[in-house]
Amino acid sequence: MLRFLRLVGQRGLDVLASFGRAGILLFLSLWHVPGRREWSLYVKQVYQLGVMSMGIIVLSAFSIGAVLTLQFYTQLARFGAQDSIGLGLALVLLRELGPVVTGLLFAGRAGSAVTAEIGLMKATDQLSSMEMMGVDPLHRIVAPRLWAGFLCLPLLAMIFSAVAIWGGSVVGIDWLGIDDGQFWAGMQEGVEIGTDVGKGVVKCVVFGVVVSWISVYQGYDCVPTSEGISAATTNSVVYSSIAVLALDFLMTLVMYGEFK
Amino acid sequence: MMRIRTIEISVGAFLVAGALALVFLVVRVSGINPAAGAETYTLHARFDEIAGLSMRAKVSMAGVTIGRVTAIEIDSEYGEAIVSMAIDKRIDNLSVDAGARIQTEGILGGRYVSIVLGAEDEYLVDGDTITETQGAFVLENLIGELVTRMGN
Amino acid sequence: MTDNLIEIEGLRYSRGDRLIFDGLDLVVPRGEITALMGPSGTGKTTLLQIIGGQLKPDAGRVVVNGKDVPSLSRRELFELRKGMGMLFQSAALFTEISVYENVAFPLRVHTELPEDIVRDLVLMKLNAVGLRGARDLMPSQLSGGMSRRVALARAIALDPLFIMYDEPFTGQDPIAMGVLVSLIRGLNESLSMTSLVVSHDIHETASIADQIYVVADGRVIGRGKPEILRESASTQVRQFINGDPDGPVPFHYPADDFLEDVLGDR
Repeated sequence: MLRFLRLVGQRGLDVLASFGRAGILLFLSLWHVPGRREWSLYVKQVYQLGVMSMGIIVLSAFSIGAVLTLQFYTQLARFGAQDSIGLGLALVLLRELGPVVTGLLFAGRAGSAVTAEIGLMKATDQLSSMEMMGVDPLHRIVAPRLWAGFLCLPLLAMIFSAVAIWGGSVVGIDWLGIDDGQFWAGMQEGVEIGTDVGKGVVKCVVFGVVVSWISVYQGYDCVPTSEGISAATTNSVVYSSIAVLALDFLMTLVMYGEFK
Repeated sequence: MMRIRTIEISVGAFLVAGALALVFLVVRVSGINPAAGAETYTLHARFDEIAGLSMRAKVSMAGVTIGRVTAIEIDSEYGEAIVSMAIDKRIDNLSVDAGARIQTEGILGGRYVSIVLGAEDEYLVDGDTITETQGAFVLENLIGELVTRMGN
Repeated sequence: MTDNLIEIEGLRYSRGDRLIFDGLDLVVPRGEITALMGPSGTGKTTLLQIIGGQLKPDAGRVVVNGKDVPSLSRRELFELRKGMGMLFQSAALFTEISVYENVAFPLRVHTELPEDIVRDLVLMKLNAVGLRGARDLMPSQLSGGMSRRVALARAIALDPLFIMYDEPFTGQDPIAMGVLVSLIRGLNESLSMTSLVVSHDIHETASIADQIYVVADGRVIGRGKPEILRESASTQVRQFINGDPDGPVPFHYPADDFLEDVLGDR
């Protein structure tokens, strides 16, 4: 029993310590104004994390938008409420699916790549040798990936929602024959910039910070062996996904809790 | 060098795409709401029953949206609901005896507030209260009453 | 300004429960090649990391070029490291940029030199290690020995005060080893650089070092010129220098008696 308690206590302290290390990592990385010549590193990361994720984002957004419209249609058409399809689609996407699905896809596509890349750099002494050359890897390697993640996830989520709504309109208007005006008017009637678009953006920004942070930390703190890197990559995706889902629930509760 | 240039161009395109998506969401999806965009003034109305009227519900006149419900409070002393509405500034000819009614869109649709013009020359201004009100029509109450009557 | 570039006194460092250094003293005189030898697992690489400030010792003084390393702030540490070069055992080249860019990296980061001067310097350094022709290759296309030479060119790009070599000869074929030996020697003389070589390759190390430290069990067990060490009184040092398989440093990892282990009750 005593041993069990000690084990639990030890594990708890380990978790606290890793939170501490993650916090220090975040602070030291962001406490830095990039120099003139470092900008290309940031641009490159936006390319790696953002542009390279576009394919999967656009593809899943279109199919999710199309499927949602089909499902809404089969249910709502029974009540003659087809004109609510546009609204339902837009609200679901802006408030929940856009940020959450983008967060999960980003963790799988970009986050894991960042973890593996940094882990590999650590395992091959590249980070260490950079340090010995008087270059802080937190500024040169970690910071660009963090900032690029902060920027890319919200942008990808915007693109996701827009493409999904467009996909929904293609299916709804062009195939199912919902009235063009009704579809868009119903949407515009019910969607509000602050509550729906704005709060959705807030979620994306939070997810962007959390997913990038977890990915970078997992890579930087990994055990520098093949097993260590693969474990860190898995952890990065798993923890990011859990964090996205849990935070989404919390934020929904706080932001929409009273159904205002 | 060529490669760096492609990266820069695609990153630029990506940023533009993100910005366009946001514009699309704001303009095309949210639309320009009269209550959100234009200037408004606030009116209150007291109802004995609002049954399912929610925040942000439409306020309309002759079926045209002229505002939104911005707050719903309870006056526990009189057991009445106080509904606050943001009304489009351009609708400035609501007279003091204008009426407010809570109605339902279709049979199952959402509730909204319908405003009808009055006859007086004096107009309602910001912060005034509409007194001529008719609360929500609650189907269950009606059925309940019908059943009791039939019982007699 | 003292004659010693690095002075370490009473260094103690432990990782987990294991004590790695227990009162280690070491000095590296300016302009000389000092070698640090010892059996594997004695924390030679750890010592380099402590000198570079990547690890903090539990106790003791580590002075590099007149600065007390453990007490430096993060910023001061990075400033100090600009004057150091380190050659990693794994070469640690940046895998996604070419040989040329690897060598140019420290110049681009730490200086504002115009591109044509950077080019001249890079080609000069690459020429010094004999790989000017390999400038457009990617690190994945290089052999182990070539990677290490590129890494050496990168380490000397900023003409550091001193350079640390971590196991420079390990895993090299005899020719590559000879090349590295003459490079280290040559750089030391032509650039009047101070060097600290960590290695367990006796012959190569002995052929270039001005002074050798032999480390075991967390402390220095012998120091001196290579030829003196061969005659050392310490059996442990002699075992290491002569490469005897068994001696004071046991061949066996601590275990139960063999017969008992094999025939004992199962």
